[in-house]
Amino acid sequence: MSNRDKILSAVKQNQPTLVSLPEVAQFDKYFTESITEFKKVCEGIGATLHFTDSYESIILLLEEQFATARPVVTSIPELAAINSSSAIFNSPQEYENIELVVIKAQLGVAENGAVWITEADVLERALPFITQHLAVVLHKDMLVATMHDAYKLIGKDNYGWGTFIAGPSKTADIEQSLVLGAHGPRTMTIFIMGTLL
Amino acid sequence: MNAKKQDHAALSEIFNKDEERVNWHDETLWWVRQKRDKAAFGVPEWEALRETASAIKHHTLSNLHDYLTTFEQKAVENGIVVHWAAGAKEHNDIVLSLLNKAGTNKMMKSKSMLTEELHLNEFLKEQGIETIDTDLGERIVQLLEEPPSHIVLPAIHRKKEEIGALFHIHLGTPEGNADPKLLTYAARLNMRDVFLTRKVALTGVNFAIAETGEFVVCTNEGNADMGAHLADIHIASMGIEKLIPQRDHLAVFLRLLTRSATGQPITTYSSHFKTPRKGKEIHIIIVDNGRSVQLGREDFRASLKCIRCGACMNTCPVYRRSGGHSYHNSIAGPIGAILAPNLDMKEYADLPFASTLCGSCSNVCPVKIDIHQQLYKWRQIIVQEGYATPAKKAAMSGMNFVLSNPGVFRAAGKAGRWVLRHAPYIAANKFDPWYKHRELPQAPKASFNEWYRKNREQHE
Repeated sequence: MSNRDKILSAVKQNQPTLVSLPEVAQFDKYFTESITEFKKVCEGIGATLHFTDSYESIILLLEEQFATARPVVTSIPELAAINSSSAIFNSPQEYENIELVVIKAQLGVAENGAVWITEADVLERALPFITQHLAVVLHKDMLVATMHDAYKLIGKDNYGWGTFIAGPSKTADIEQSLVLGAHGPRTMTIFIMGTLL
Repeated sequence: MNAKKQDHAALSEIFNKDEERVNWHDETLWWVRQKRDKAAFGVPEWEALRETASAIKHHTLSNLHDYLTTFEQKAVENGIVVHWAAGAKEHNDIVLSLLNKAGTNKMMKSKSMLTEELHLNEFLKEQGIETIDTDLGERIVQLLEEPPSHIVLPAIHRKKEEIGALFHIHLGTPEGNADPKLLTYAARLNMRDVFLTRKVALTGVNFAIAETGEFVVCTNEGNADMGAHLADIHIASMGIEKLIPQRDHLAVFLRLLTRSATGQPITTYSSHFKTPRKGKEIHIIIVDNGRSVQLGREDFRASLKCIRCGACMNTCPVYRRSGGHSYHNSIAGPIGAILAPNLDMKEYADLPFASTLCGSCSNVCPVKIDIHQQLYKWRQIIVQEGYATPAKKAAMSGMNFVLSNPGVFRAAGKAGRWVLRHAPYIAANKFDPWYKHRELPQAPKASFNEWYRKNREQHE
């Protein structure tokens, strides 16, 4: 008998009597899609937030905050002006020296500060990890309260790969001391689009 | 290995020689437990979420055969190669054959407790394959040539000065520098080269989704993603218990996992892998290694609900004061103590006794595993099967004799009280484990029985 059949027949024989799948309850709306709440949580996990109403202002802010960060790569057409080069990268390894990556986030989650990104938003899956600094642009209407709401929006989307990103990469593996910038980006900046404050 | 032969009590004794370190270990883990509390109390529906997660897992286990075959079918449709491994040998051989096929003798690996359980690194080393653990904590213990002492915080038993000295030797950091920021940055620079050059990356799996054939890997460091997205071949090793039915169930589990583990609202990265990159490969190895047997043990099958958050370790008064290595098992703490006897009852007969049965583990478990009840039930089976230590067996049969003979019981009680009052040194010595770190109580002059009879006579 193959390993597969051996495992499956043992599982079938030993699994308990079928019990039904529970419904996931609609929890009371304690968490809301509040931008101020989202900002607070994001800052708590080491990200920086900016409210903005145009791509022009994002470019100005990026040029100010990341003046020396070169090269820059963005997959957002409206920000194409900040791309350091129009070179085509043939492998993810070629992104090795990228300093700043700017991508679109599909949605943000107020309860935990995570943003959802899929393959459609990046040129290479490695891009949001290999860069030294990551910036994402999120439309304010795409903010949801909880993870339940997030998966409702994601639905049956047929992505090949997708990820929730919550702040810069981090570790506390040395005596529980929090250090930002483990193997992924050292900073994360979130631009909330469509807000005038 | 000689250390293998020592049981939890003996290994704890070694750990307890350095009292200052024990206190530091205890306080550090309690601090993590407090962060967990803060995060959990911030979610009003926390208890409902635990209940739901537990029920989803129960349902999944009751239909595991079908969920496994559905998952396989969907994953294959997504272009993933699915392998099945009954045990360590089969799993490790599959990994080796994939490395051979790729023509490389170098692998990078993000955190996978399953591969610790299957002793993959040691096996590959014997075959001339170099594996580099990319998680910082795992890299630290790998360089120290020790196993992780905690499933989420692998190097929690080590002080920064020790890590500084280690990195000075291996990564050339300045001698005497123990700054966590500097050490982390040195590891980051060193690991970049590993990520950029290795062709095969192995990751663990936190959740596998039956309806879509995708799987989710959670990290804070980004090391799983760095490896998987830069390698030509991504191998994902998972136990059969990692299945959940639907994608939207991830909401329940991702809300619970990291809040329980470290008190963060979610890990930095929760990556959902569904198809390989163009021209690249993803291989999933589905591993049994005793899990289907545990599934058949009615009293213990709930242990398969575990999502590996480590909350039961952080809260455990025994784990915090004995250290992860005292459990001589890839998974330490209360959950390790209920999983290990299933794999080898004789080898791990001591672990269910490494507990006060206080129940704190069950109270923090995000999937509501009745951990302390299972510890208690394992004790009974271990004694029945004859795996208790000779001293414990002798003590138990002595107790049995005394407690089932009222005359003997009264005489023994009298003798015990006399000894404690007149010659305490007979009981209070180093041969009595109960005397360790404890003072014996003041013995009463009479037993309750004697007192009651006397008082009754007076009042009649």
